[in-house]
Amino acid sequence: MKFRVHVRVTPRPVLLDPQGQAVHHALHSLGFAGVEQVRIGKAIEMEVEAADRDKAMAEVRRMCEQLLANPVTEDFFVAVEE
Amino acid sequence: MERAGGEAVLLDYRSGSLDGADAVILPGGFSYGDYLRSGAIARFSPVMAAIREHAAAGGAVLGICNGFQILCEAHLLPGALMHNAGQRFASRPVDLRIERTYTICTSEFEPGEVIRIPQAHGEGRYEATPEVLEMLERDNLIVLRYVAVPGSDVPHNPNGSTADIAGICNPEGNVVGFMPHPERLADKALGSDVGMRFFTGLIKRLSGVPA
Repeated sequence: MKFRVHVRVTPRPVLLDPQGQAVHHALHSLGFAGVEQVRIGKAIEMEVEAADRDKAMAEVRRMCEQLLANPVTEDFFVAVEE
Repeated sequence: MERAGGEAVLLDYRSGSLDGADAVILPGGFSYGDYLRSGAIARFSPVMAAIREHAAAGGAVLGICNGFQILCEAHLLPGALMHNAGQRFASRPVDLRIERTYTICTSEFEPGEVIRIPQAHGEGRYEATPEVLEMLERDNLIVLRYVAVPGSDVPHNPNGSTADIAGICNPEGNVVGFMPHPERLADKALGSDVGMRFFTGLIKRLSGVPA
């Protein structure tokens, strides 16, 4: 079965995110005053062939652990849809 | 390396072996365009298996800049390099203190010696978990540290690395990684050859001269 997979990789909350800071300042400069805690991450989309949804999820989690996210500095979130 | 007295060969990233090399240097650059994360894809290059074996056997492995990033991604060294604090590509000289002289490449320095060499990177901010940072300090695994020299005309720790860490090594000191570029200041014609001492130190170590 083919599954559409959405992965989100974000810097761990405890770490400084300079990209988020830069965008935060830019938003403030544009007049968006009530904005805090801007963090920039990555969205990775793919189609995965797997026997069932659980197997697809497990495979994508392994992809995240091995390549898509660096466990020292990043968290990842996976959504699998049919 | 050749000016330091060694024989240098280029090893293809697809090689299955090190061709008998005594030391491996992973140089700076932008492997795979720094896509995903710097060094994240290069760490899976076929040659990394031979490099890992060489390191495990006590062989000399030195990673400079992108090379350091690859060693961290490959878990041959702990921690990771993130975007510079301040979001600027920092291409400038930096003041560094030699923290550990018993490694494959720092034996030509005195402990605590301060040197100035260039660096050029956008993702050089060293980060690690509190446990790893504690281990690095406790076990003397920090090789180079950014140092604030009073009256210096260069900014201190331009990338915001935790604990001012510019370079680290494994416990045995045979795997070393750092962000600055000593090979870019290794010729008196450029004003100083201080960087050459990393490479003459490496040659001495490979020749069996005790550290």
